[in-house]
Amino acid sequence: MAEFEPVLLRRIAKKASPWLDAYRADGGYRALQKALEEMSPGQVVDAVKASGLRGRGGAGFPTGLKWTFLPKDHPGPIYMCINADESEPCTFNNRILMEEDPHQVLEGIILSCYATRAATAYLYLRYEYGRGYRVLQRAIDELYGHNLLGRNILGKDFHLDIFLHRGAGAYICGEETGLIESLEGKRAWPRIKPPFPAVEGAFRKPTVVNNIETVACVTHIIDRGVEWFKSMGVPPDPKNPRDAGSYGPKLYCISGHVNNPCCVELPMGITLRDLVNEHGGGVWKGRKAKGAIPGGISMGIMTEAEFDTPLDFAGPGKVGCLGLGTAAVTVFDEETSIVDVLHNICRFFSHESCGQCTPCREGTGWMLKIAERLRRGQGRLEDLKILEEVGDKIGIMPGTTICGLADGAGWPVKNAIRKFRPEFERYIRSAEKSSLLELVGGH
Amino acid sequence: MSSVLTDELRQKILAYVPRYPSKQAVTLPALHIVQDALRCVPLEAIREIADLLDLSPAEVHDTMSFYGIFRDKEHPLGKTRLWVCRSLACGLRGGDELLDTVCKKLKVHPGGTSDDGKITVEFAECIGACEGAPAVLIDDEARLNLTPDKVDALLEELRR
Ligand SMILES: Cc1cc2nc3c(=O)[nH]c(=O)nc-3n(C[C@H](O)[C@H](O)[C@H](O)COP(=O)(O)O)c2cc1C
Ligand code: SF4
Ligand code: FES
Repeated sequence: MAEFEPVLLRRIAKKASPWLDAYRADGGYRALQKALEEMSPGQVVDAVKASGLRGRGGAGFPTGLKWTFLPKDHPGPIYMCINADESEPCTFNNRILMEEDPHQVLEGIILSCYATRAATAYLYLRYEYGRGYRVLQRAIDELYGHNLLGRNILGKDFHLDIFLHRGAGAYICGEETGLIESLEGKRAWPRIKPPFPAVEGAFRKPTVVNNIETVACVTHIIDRGVEWFKSMGVPPDPKNPRDAGSYGPKLYCISGHVNNPCCVELPMGITLRDLVNEHGGGVWKGRKAKGAIPGGISMGIMTEAEFDTPLDFAGPGKVGCLGLGTAAVTVFDEETSIVDVLHNICRFFSHESCGQCTPCREGTGWMLKIAERLRRGQGRLEDLKILEEVGDKIGIMPGTTICGLADGAGWPVKNAIRKFRPEFERYIRSAEKSSLLELVGGH
Repeated sequence: MSSVLTDELRQKILAYVPRYPSKQAVTLPALHIVQDALRCVPLEAIREIADLLDLSPAEVHDTMSFYGIFRDKEHPLGKTRLWVCRSLACGLRGGDELLDTVCKKLKVHPGGTSDDGKITVEFAECIGACEGAPAVLIDDEARLNLTPDKVDALLEELRR
């Protein structure tokens, strides 16, 4: 196989300057120039559609198709919301793109706004990304100074403002309608859908929500072409008419018990095992892995025996996980207690549930309470059944909640119990206790 | 009547108004501006923000209380806010122990401020710096690979 050349991380790998002059010298804003001179907005949409690009924010929805859901001939305004809330645990690829190559991201935003006829883009950035905020603001200021933002961009009848909007430390602001509510200055309570944002989104106007990595891909699709994008990744499964395939490059995050935690760009579809061994430096301390989360904690858990699963949009589902999610892999070694992993995950969701739906608010609370009980050596075998039951019942998929946070909260719990049952039973029978129990702030 | 928001803070807040089709959207920027300056958002500031944005104080308060990041007057922040990440990637590499160590050294529980008023300690959920676990956030900038041997130097730096 020909050596794969990173594209999204190309300038970052060679530590190129993040600022406008250097970005332009490397061919930056060539795609924008081309689009504005040679393509209609509809043609940009068509190119993105034809590329097969699917959203990188977690749900994997086809980007071009999402754009076509905007009402035709809408008088405006249409809003673009860029989702840089990146709060899914173990995920940091958006941060690297924004901090180290902001113009690649901004060019993608401008192209996406041109395609969707949005004249205002809000980049919703989690508060914790202060460095990214300052880098992006400086890059945006450069663009206004060079007629690449504002009125009549590059002399054309195309106007766009990009505003950074800082979040306030809540995971739920990453859910697209939670993001919109938060942008509007309210509590980030996700909305019942439909209406979808494309019809009624920010400020009750048609709105597109896209992830940072997604729009960065748009830059390269316009620059290098649809065929380039489709030359890598995994084509649709011919036996599954609903599979849209997994084309293009993808940023994978690797963390946890590996020798070389990092973010790496690869064609979609590498197996978790190859990712860990070839790019993560293997499991640390010469140990074996016990398992891993494949795409942020919401996607569930894979056992070591499942590590040959390809990390494309369809792969993790084949071993009972929720999906590819954010393609953020976190490995835990054979000496890690599955009860500690479960507790850590339950603690997160109980803390981050927005509280709007009773099954999610109460369910995540119960799951944490039970995990806490297990950890204290006071678990009962029936607790495993309750955990599974709650895990199965909360979420949009069973139809009990407004947003997908609850599905993501239930999934790792039921995966953990079903895939590691003997370990849980042993732990309960021997009344084992967690070594983390007495630490300050552990609850 | 004297106000808690200086003219400068008011101007900073009002500068956000043209960015959005609704004034309410300025709520989060306004809360950040106030908290950055005052280390908390006092009730009087909530009323003044509401006034500036044509909202009821209850609306501002509702939003503010949803986000764990904002502090009321009874719980102001110290000079620096130190967040210790406890989510999975950090937890697997000593994040919980790190939080414990920091709390013990500063004699506080998460949420508390050291006696000298210099450092407020918080636990954080994943701060997106997992390749450098365990990681902390110093106000809004991440510091990576915060192994136990680096804790004393960090606290020293933040106390200065
Ligand atoms: C609880 C929850 C949290 C989410 N967090 C994020 C996030 O931090 N960043 C993100 O891009 N998408 C996140 N999403 C997915 C968004 O709702 C949305 O699908 C995505 O931003 C669309 O962009 P894309 O199509 O470009 O991926 C989250 C979804 C849920 C249910
Ligand atoms: S599912 Fe949970 S996070 Fe989502 S809206 Fe309901 S309560 Fe909030
Ligand atoms: S889990 Fe700590 S930074 Fe991600």
